[in-house]
Amino acid sequence: WQCVYVFWSVISPQLRSVSVDLNHDASLLIDIPDALCERDKVKFTVHTKTTLSSFQKPDFSVPRQHEDFIWLHDTLVETEDYAGLIIPPAPPKPDFDSPREKMHKLGEGEATMTKEEYTKMKQELEAEYLAVFKKTVQVHEIFLQRLSSHPVLSKDRNFQIFLEYDQDLSVRRKNAKEMFGGFFKNMVKSADEVLISGVKEVDDFFEQEKTFLLDYYSKIKDSTAKAEKMTRAHKNIADDYIHISATLNSLAADDMTANKKCTTWLLEGRVASDQDLKLTELLRYYMRDIQAAKDLLYRRARALADYENSNKALDKARLKSKDIPQAEEHQRQCLQKFDKLSESGKKELTSFKGRRVVAFRKNFIEMAELEIKHAKNSVTLLQGCIELLKSN
Amino acid sequence: MADTARDAPPEQTDFHELEDGEELFPEPATTQESQPASLAAEDISTNSNGPKQDSLFDDDPEDLFAEATEEVSLDSPERDVLLSDGPSPAITPITPPTSVITPRIGHTHDDMFTHSSFDEIEEEEGGDSFDIHISVSDPEKVGDGMNAYMAYKVTTKTSMSLFKRSEFAVKRRFSDFLGLHSKLASKYLHIGYIVPPAPEKSIVGMTKVKVGKEDQSSNEFVEKRRSALERYLMRTVKHPILLKDPDVLQFLESSELPRAVSTQALSSAGLLRMVNKAADAVNKMTIKMNESDAWFEEKQQHFENLDVQLRKLHTSVESLVCHRKELSVNTAQFAKSAAMLGNSEDHTALSRALSQLAEVEEKIDQLHQDQANADFYLFSELLGDYVRLLTAVKGVFDHRMKTWQKWQDSQMLLQKKREAEAKLQFTNKPDKLQQAKDEIKEEIEELEGKVQQGERDFEQISKTIRKEVSRFEKERVKDFKTIIIKYLESLVQTQQQLIKYWEAFLPEAKAIS
Repeated sequence: WQCVYVFWSVISPQLRSVSVDLNHDASLLIDIPDALCERDKVKFTVHTKTTLSSFQKPDFSVPRQHEDFIWLHDTLVETEDYAGLIIPPAPPKPDFDSPREKMHKLGEGEATMTKEEYTKMKQELEAEYLAVFKKTVQVHEIFLQRLSSHPVLSKDRNFQIFLEYDQDLSVRRKNAKEMFGGFFKNMVKSADEVLISGVKEVDDFFEQEKTFLLDYYSKIKDSTAKAEKMTRAHKNIADDYIHISATLNSLAADDMTANKKCTTWLLEGRVASDQDLKLTELLRYYMRDIQAAKDLLYRRARALADYENSNKALDKARLKSKDIPQAEEHQRQCLQKFDKLSESGKKELTSFKGRRVVAFRKNFIEMAELEIKHAKNSVTLLQGCIELLKSN
Repeated sequence: MADTARDAPPEQTDFHELEDGEELFPEPATTQESQPASLAAEDISTNSNGPKQDSLFDDDPEDLFAEATEEVSLDSPERDVLLSDGPSPAITPITPPTSVITPRIGHTHDDMFTHSSFDEIEEEEGGDSFDIHISVSDPEKVGDGMNAYMAYKVTTKTSMSLFKRSEFAVKRRFSDFLGLHSKLASKYLHIGYIVPPAPEKSIVGMTKVKVGKEDQSSNEFVEKRRSALERYLMRTVKHPILLKDPDVLQFLESSELPRAVSTQALSSAGLLRMVNKAADAVNKMTIKMNESDAWFEEKQQHFENLDVQLRKLHTSVESLVCHRKELSVNTAQFAKSAAMLGNSEDHTALSRALSQLAEVEEKIDQLHQDQANADFYLFSELLGDYVRLLTAVKGVFDHRMKTWQKWQDSQMLLQKKREAEAKLQFTNKPDKLQQAKDEIKEEIEELEGKVQQGERDFEQISKTIRKEVSRFEKERVKDFKTIIIKYLESLVQTQQQLIKYWEAFLPEAKAIS
């Protein structure tokens, strides 16, 4: 499978962000203008334009790999100071398995198809590959843009390094892994799930948010899965149409069909990938975002639990009349941390809701408009075919 | 179950099995009964009952089975246990031999291959433009349990003088259709006419219906069958010769039809069928015809290619139907999921938009279902019909080969007899000589006649096939064009509905604030 070099900026900007237009603060503008696929690795070109003096240059680009993004995400998550913030979800790993497998199958089945069929199938696969590519670039770009538009996170030192450091980040990444140990992180997470449901909530706002987010998460997870199935079925139909149109064309030697000109079949594939981009990606993204919001709740719950424990410890210390000042200090710190988390958490969750609503609106509108556009195109093409056939 | 055992011979070979059926055909040809006041009689030439004449030539042992296999039906599972005269719920086997219209006087040597008589028929066609429409409707279950069957209403609307009335209806069951086909096949296939094959049997489908399963799949099955029967009849009457066949007319007009009785696989007729089939397979391999006419070779190749393409297309379309049904299911599931998400959403406007989205997707699901039906009934079934039709076409070419073989065989036999005659000249026994000479002379005369007949038969079948093929190709192109236009129009409709739905959703999406 050869490299696919994509000039991404050529692609309509409308398709580029699942989330809202995050690049409205001109002081720090980030985008991924192109990306390169080498074997299994995708190299993103991260381009920054900034008026901030904290950066060395006003306009610069660096190459980054997916693993660099993950490193950045993880360091942010592990930073205590950000415990009260919703850390934007990490972009998922680029997954070219599906089109690659299909390409392989196509190669094996080449002998059974006509040349035309094979060419069309190949084109469709290339389009699918391109779509996966578009999606992964989009999702990496959004991650960075979420950071750049966040008042606190945009100032993070590691974020700056990520954007600016013109050497390979892999050395840093290795160190980070040793420090944080992903395995431990996951264990803690599952413990949190129990915690969050168990802890007694004192604040109405958070009580409501907890209920809402837990329920919403399971629903949106389900919707994402169902939307994916719909898209897959659409793609299957598109593939069927390719086979059908190829066979009809070989029959057309009998002068029976003008279907050579009926490329309406191929539109089905376009519908499938646009639907995928708008609907499925939207749902998928927000599913992850809600997970990130849940993570915030977990952290707060943990802080609350810590605070409650510190209270108990203080009581014990008072009872034993031992180490009282340390216990008091510890309790004070826990309370402070918890309050800080609650305050920033409230802000984050409120703005999160607003962001979500705006994103859904934007994507629903775009999706409806695309569906209408495709359907209108189909109608025109089909009616052209019908006219052609009737006049023969 | 005895019924299923009888189903051994595959359906496609209906007509192959009966290709020598001229001998199997019953004797009503000789009953000389003519139906009073039958308009149909006047239009039909004396050859309408097909090639009876050959039975006068051939001492064919198959004649023995003439009665037993009179109305062969291969539709085992739907029939009552064979030959049971028991309480048959609807159709009773009263048969005025209405199939015989014209006495056959003076036609003892008139053979079915005479070109001129068919020309007559076609000329008569010119006077009566083709205007007939048949519909098959109102499937209704008759009887109970394993003896139950579906009865269909066959309505004919026509202005042709061939028929007694301009609009009439009869009740028929599936085996009646099969019976009609087997009669037509036995009369016309071996002389080169492309007889449209009857719809396929289905044990599973019918058993469900019998058992009384009122679910979607058995309803679909009945609808599929009804539609197939309708197409079958229309194709049959579109054929100018078949339209005028008395069996066809009887099928369409007679309020009661003699039951096409099935035969067990192990009966003499069943065995005969199997033997014939095996013999055919062998013959096909051994006949090496000297094709003097490139047209036939070309056409055969053409049909081979067409067959491959159509089968491929059929497979792709079946896959399309399957995937579209899948899409419909997935869309319905998504719609439900989106509705739940909408309920969970606490932002009012977004919540409403999500519910609207769910509704749109539900409507789209219905669209997908309708489209899948169109995919199937228009496109997929058309292809299936043509794949089966092509088998009939190929069969007709095979018959030509057999006819050629027969001619060649006669010729070789004649040659042998002539050699024998020559040898006789040198024999020593003078008293037996004259007798032997006379015998041989007789045989030679007979064989010369046969050879001439064989040649004529071969020429005739070749001519007929040429005409049939050209008619078939014209019909095919027309058929495909019509159906594809209909199919594309169904796609247009679906897309236009989609536009409506999404345009209705758009303001809802915009209303989110």
